[in-house]
Amino acid sequence: MKPPAKPKDIVYNDFVIRFANVNGSGSASANGMFAHAIFRMGVPVTGRNIFPSNIQGLPTWFEVRVNERGHLGRRDGADIVVAMNAETYVQDVDALLPGGYLVFDSSKPMARTLRTRRNDIRHIGIPIANLLVHEFAEPKQRALFKNIVYLGALAELLEIDMDVLKHMVDDQYRGKDALIAPNYHALDIGSTYARDYLGEHLRFRVRPSDQVGNRIIVDGNTSAALGALYGGASVCAWYPITPSTSMAEAFEKYAAQHRKDLQTGQIKAAVVQAEDELSAIGMVIGAGWNGARAFTCTSGPGVSLMNEFLGLAYFAEIPAVLFDIQRAGPSTGMPTRTQQSDVLLSVYASHGDTKHVVLLPSSPKECFDFAADAFDLADRLQTPVLVLSDLDLGMNDHLSEPFEWDANRRYDRGKVLSADDLDRMDQFSRYLDVDGDGIGYRTLPGAHPEKGAFFTRGTSRDEHATYTEAPDAYIRNMERLLVKWDTAKTVVPKAEIDERGNDMGVIYYGSTDAAMGEALELLAEHGIQLDAMRIRAVPFGDEVARFIAAHETLFVVEQNRDGQMRQLLIAELGQHGVGSHSLHSILYYGGLAISAGEIYEQILSWLEERMRESMRPQVLKFS
Amino acid sequence: MTFVTKPVARHPSLKVNELGLTRRDYEGSVSTLCAGCGHDSVSAAIVSACAELGLPPHKFLKISGIGCSSKTPNYFLGHSHGFNSVHGRMPSVATGASLANKELYCLGISGDGDSASIGLGQFAHIVRRRINMLYIVDNNGTYGLTKGQFSATNDLGSTSKRGVPNLYEPIDIVSMAMQIGATFVARSFSGDKRQLVGLIKAGLMHRGFSFIDVISPCVAFNNHGGSTKSFAHMRNMQREVVSADYVASEAEMTIDYEAGQLEDITMPDGARLRLRKVHADYDPHDRLRAINYLGERQREGEVVTGLLYVESEAKNTHDILNLVDAPLNSLDEDDLCPGVGALESINQSFR
Repeated sequence: MKPPAKPKDIVYNDFVIRFANVNGSGSASANGMFAHAIFRMGVPVTGRNIFPSNIQGLPTWFEVRVNERGHLGRRDGADIVVAMNAETYVQDVDALLPGGYLVFDSSKPMARTLRTRRNDIRHIGIPIANLLVHEFAEPKQRALFKNIVYLGALAELLEIDMDVLKHMVDDQYRGKDALIAPNYHALDIGSTYARDYLGEHLRFRVRPSDQVGNRIIVDGNTSAALGALYGGASVCAWYPITPSTSMAEAFEKYAAQHRKDLQTGQIKAAVVQAEDELSAIGMVIGAGWNGARAFTCTSGPGVSLMNEFLGLAYFAEIPAVLFDIQRAGPSTGMPTRTQQSDVLLSVYASHGDTKHVVLLPSSPKECFDFAADAFDLADRLQTPVLVLSDLDLGMNDHLSEPFEWDANRRYDRGKVLSADDLDRMDQFSRYLDVDGDGIGYRTLPGAHPEKGAFFTRGTSRDEHATYTEAPDAYIRNMERLLVKWDTAKTVVPKAEIDERGNDMGVIYYGSTDAAMGEALELLAEHGIQLDAMRIRAVPFGDEVARFIAAHETLFVVEQNRDGQMRQLLIAELGQHGVGSHSLHSILYYGGLAISAGEIYEQILSWLEERMRESMRPQVLKFS
Repeated sequence: MTFVTKPVARHPSLKVNELGLTRRDYEGSVSTLCAGCGHDSVSAAIVSACAELGLPPHKFLKISGIGCSSKTPNYFLGHSHGFNSVHGRMPSVATGASLANKELYCLGISGDGDSASIGLGQFAHIVRRRINMLYIVDNNGTYGLTKGQFSATNDLGSTSKRGVPNLYEPIDIVSMAMQIGATFVARSFSGDKRQLVGLIKAGLMHRGFSFIDVISPCVAFNNHGGSTKSFAHMRNMQREVVSADYVASEAEMTIDYEAGQLEDITMPDGARLRLRKVHADYDPHDRLRAINYLGERQREGEVVTGLLYVESEAKNTHDILNLVDAPLNSLDEDDLCPGVGALESINQSFR
């Protein structure tokens, strides 16, 4: 090895480490412990799992970003690579930034071509397999503990507190105590080897910090499941589809714990794994029609299948909540890769004239909050509400503000008439706009012996829920639904706006938030000051049109090919003067989370291009 | 205009049930189906069954898919909520509605196109999920609303009105329901009111998933000489094996049947499901033999009707999911929200 790093070169709490593994090898829990240990040292960290649609044998990566300043979006290039997969070795070596470290299993000699592939990185060989042969008899243990050995070595090399790691082991194997000692032992094998034979720490180090505060580290799907639990969902109907499956599973797990009747052991929530997505949304709509808070969670292909039902629920005005954990399309495309490509699909889902309320959370905390809010909004607006998360937000652990709940919060069940209400009324008219907000009063089945029953249909009806094909009645109804849409604008989460009088700005939403703060800093360092607006819901509130009107140039940053949010802004706010001239797409849709570098470079090159355009001699235009 | 308001006058001699209600209190809007449609007889049988059982007329969930059959929930039980959902997806909507409030009687109405073609998947899965409901298929072997195309229950060789034969094998939804685990399976004929009303009463009161396939001729498109779903064909080829009725717990046995022909099954509420064996050797508790028997008779062109299979001690979805006794739609914040203290522990588990 080369001489130890000089103190001035040491970088604390700012690096990216990439673990390259084979899936099904048990690496996920070891890599997760690595990230979590850094979190417990008070250092902002996030881990991204980049995995194949496969159970065993294909390459998988876990990328951990450590950043004292809290910039936790994906960053291109790795500072340290732990190369445990021969198949991707070349690719992993190439991912290292100059001056980076390659940690590998040196039990077998490395081919010379690989060894000499890069001369600007440092090679750190640890004979992991050999070390284990002497310590563990069973082949299965030898394989599994490889991950723990490199964890121990990294702890030594990066100065991660070994006590914290051992606490992680305690937590992980609580109740399976027999596994604790061998894990400790494997950690010690790794750290001892690093101390005795490698002789130096890396240039990158972890040191305790106070930058985490009372925050938590959790994935968006678990957070949304908890939001649904707190928001009063009592029916969950779903069909397995990556990357949404873990949300239904989390809901079922937490419901079994927190919705159990202590006397009878019975559960106050029905979780049904449906035969397909059509059935899942059908169950949600049936339950919503009958007054239970119900949701489904799915991904783009599922939303495609649910389209017919979503149109029915929109027209029949039935509360329903749908979580779309977006992934790269199409159906067999890249199911384990992230995208924000279901925006238009969701907002305009179904046949006929339909528009749906869509919420756009950007953090685990917002997944929790918006999940709970979605049920209030669906009940209040009597319509489907779609919550758009994505694989990056949903399945990866992110640093987040802790969940909060107001003990006095009551569920907003919307306009539901009780038997007493009906007794006081002369006539019940399901679709009459009594209050001028486009929302009628509804009744639940069985509410009253004589009053309030009506027939729910997807076909045309008048204000009294009576079947009609009269053109004017149809138009009145459709216009009322637009009044309701206007009401929705006033009750959905407002856009988050950071306005400092610049004439340029960015518009973004969802998981792009993780990279945006850093991108704006990078741009500011180059003298480019941008205002920012994070859209949190559709329909757009007035503040969105106002922000757009106040800026000459706006970059709409999103993770899809077609600039779907930009299209939506133009379509929905056209009458407010929003046009294509001021909105410019900044897009990344390769299936990995968007990085600050990507945003920065695209905005920079757009501005440079415009500069060149304006500098070009006018005469050229006439030549 | 296809909606007709019905006059409210009623004949003074109409029978009054134990709730003080007459048959008229169980009716709905005037039917807009073709005159003589079998489906109207099914609706009338539902009205009779509910009135005779003395069930509260507003405590039903009437859910349907799309098609002529699916329009019918508007024509009975006008004091209950109805939901005309989407084609072939009634089972999922019924599942959700039933989960939300298990105290209401869940009545699903579908057709052969709705359940055996576009909705075959949902049909199969609601059977195996065992929703506590009565699922009726008005089966006429044809697509009435789109003017006479063959449906998947149409028999091989049965012809269209113009004489064109059906070239495909039929799907027998009754055998299928038995195979997948339905706990109450019957086949009936819309022209046999006595049998049908008894089956509907028994099916409504059966605790679990009840299925009745009602051959219900389409007078407009499938009631001709070449059809195996015509009134004439059914009158000739119907073979009843077991008839059923529901006897409330306090009711006395008033009808005198021949000994050995009757079987009473006591239900959880103390009432009895009374079976009368028309065919002495038929055993409605033997699923495999029943399926076999149906197949054999079908080969001979006969249509076996009556209560074909029943299993009284079966779990339904609410039992399987171990749900609380209270309807889920009646639970409030105190039941549903785990509270601030629990959330703090949850937060702590993510640190």
